[in-house]
Parts: sequence; C-alpha cells; structure tokens
Amino acid sequence: MIWIFDSIILIFLVVTAIISLQVKDLLSASMIFGVYSFLMCLLWAGMAAVDVAFTEAAVGAGVSAVFLIATVFRTSRRSSD
Amino acid sequence: MSAVSDFPDWGDPHSPANSYRLSQGYITDTFPQTSVPNMVTAVLADYRGYDTMFETVVIFTAGIAIIGILRRYGPKDKVIPEQKLYKKEPDLIVETTCRLMIPIIQLFALYVVAHGHHSPGGGFQGGVIFGASFILLALARDLQAAQKWVPESRILKLAGTGIFIYAGFGFLCLLLGSNFLDYAILHKVMGVTPIEARSHSMLGVEIGVAFTVTAIMFSIYSNLASNGYMKEGL
Repeated sequence: MIWIFDSIILIFLVVTAIISLQVKDLLSASMIFGVYSFLMCLLWAGMAAVDVAFTEAAVGAGVSAVFLIATVFRTSRRSSD
Repeated sequence: MSAVSDFPDWGDPHSPANSYRLSQGYITDTFPQTSVPNMVTAVLADYRGYDTMFETVVIFTAGIAIIGILRRYGPKDKVIPEQKLYKKEPDLIVETTCRLMIPIIQLFALYVVAHGHHSPGGGFQGGVIFGASFILLALARDLQAAQKWVPESRILKLAGTGIFIYAGFGFLCLLLGSNFLDYAILHKVMGVTPIEARSHSMLGVEIGVAFTVTAIMFSIYSNLASNGYMKEGL
C-alpha cells in the first residue's frame, strides 16, 4: 500500500525538479524548489530516516527557499537563458 | 536503470551495508555505551564528533565568506525601480500572526536542541529553526526589528561562542587526561557515571552547534535581503 504513496511522491518530485529548472521566472523556480525539498522530506520520512527528513524540512524547504527568494528580490526576476 | 534491479531490497538485513559489523555494533552498543536512544545523534556527536566539529567550522567559514562578499558600507546606491514595489505598510494580520507564532517557533527550536539525543533533531535543525524565527520577524516587520535581537556586532561573537563550546568540550577531555572529544572522562567534572557523561556532553556540543547555526543563518539572510547594507530588508 505504501508504495502507491511513494510512487505518487516520486512522480511529483521528478515533475517539480524539471519544472524548477525549466521555468523562466526565478521567483517561481525558487518556490517550486521549496516544494521539491518538501517532497524529498516526505520521501525521507517514508524511508524511516526521520533525522534526515527533519533536516530537509528545516534547511531545504524552510530556510534555503527564503534565501533563494531574498536573492531573487535583490537581483533580477527573469532568467536570461 | 538496469543496475537498479541489482540493488539490495530496502531495509534488507543481509545487505552489505547492514550486515557489516560496524553498523551492527552501533545498533547494539549505542545505548549501553552512551545511554542515548537516538543512535543517529550518538554517531553524529560522539562516535564521529570530530567530523561534526569541523562541519560547524565549515558553517562558520561559509558565514564569514558570505559576510566578506556581500557586506557593503557607505551610503546606499540608488534604488532599483523594481524594488519600490516591495515597500510595505505594516500589516495587522501578518504582525499579529507572527507575534503569536515566533515564541512557539523559538520554544520548539529549544526543544529540538535540548531533546536532540532522545528524539529526532539536534543542534543543526534546532539552530536553523531558531534562526528562521528571526528571519520571520525580519520578514513580518523589518530588518531593524530583528537586528534589535541579533545585532550585527553580536553575530560573529555568537557563532564563535558555538565553536568555542564544542572545542571546549574536546579540550576539557584532553585536560582531564583522555583523548580529544572522548566524553566519558568528563564524569569527573559532571558528577555522573561515565555513560551518562557521554549523553550530557552530547547535549552540550549540540548547544554549541545551535549557537553557530542560528547566528550564521540570520547573518546570511540579513546580508542577502538588505543588499549588504544591513539597513532595510525586503
């Protein structure tokens, strides 16, 4: 039963990873990257690696998304490539 | 993709990583040797304490590098027109929510640090959550409101204090005639059994890690958000 949840999360993970690399608006890319980190955190928790999941939730989904958004506000919002 | 099918099953007790005697030793010996139920923290802060000490130094160095690159002095250069969009009025709902949330977040961060050797968590996570509470204050009000609590002059002192606490535990062990970061000897000063001394020392070094991570996280945010001038944030 758990593999259904794992597969759904894994598909969303791949989708968010590709979108956050492809999207031109860097603010959206940062927020989708936060979603990616949160899905990664769910996967770690599903694999019973609670310490890693906790770190991923705090650092990946929490603080580094804020850092990226702060950087976007102070540079340019559109990606040139 | 064809190599994936050769991987051992998830959680397979006979896979090479699980059947090697090192990991079995950690699983069976951690609680009798250190009286710490969370063996991840025990490996992190005790058996591999030397690595974790220099991870803390890496965070400190990264913080210094970011301050060195981003920090700017002198009058502000002219504001980019796009930034005028983000000038904000004080918002009642946002401020009240943050006023309610920030004490809870900080209390939870202290719990994560203090309970890190009994449940998931520890110095890194607790420090990040504690730093995030100041970042939330800076986002909800402005950067000055958060800098009242963590002024710029105090950031590097706080971060250095964290490493000093961690290394201090190591050198205290040396002074008492044991190896660097071999906490069992600290039972002489702590007045507990050698096994409990390892558990208490883990809590001590986690507090040191939390000091450094809190200070550096807030410093990175305030430098990024204020364009290096540390005057007004987002």
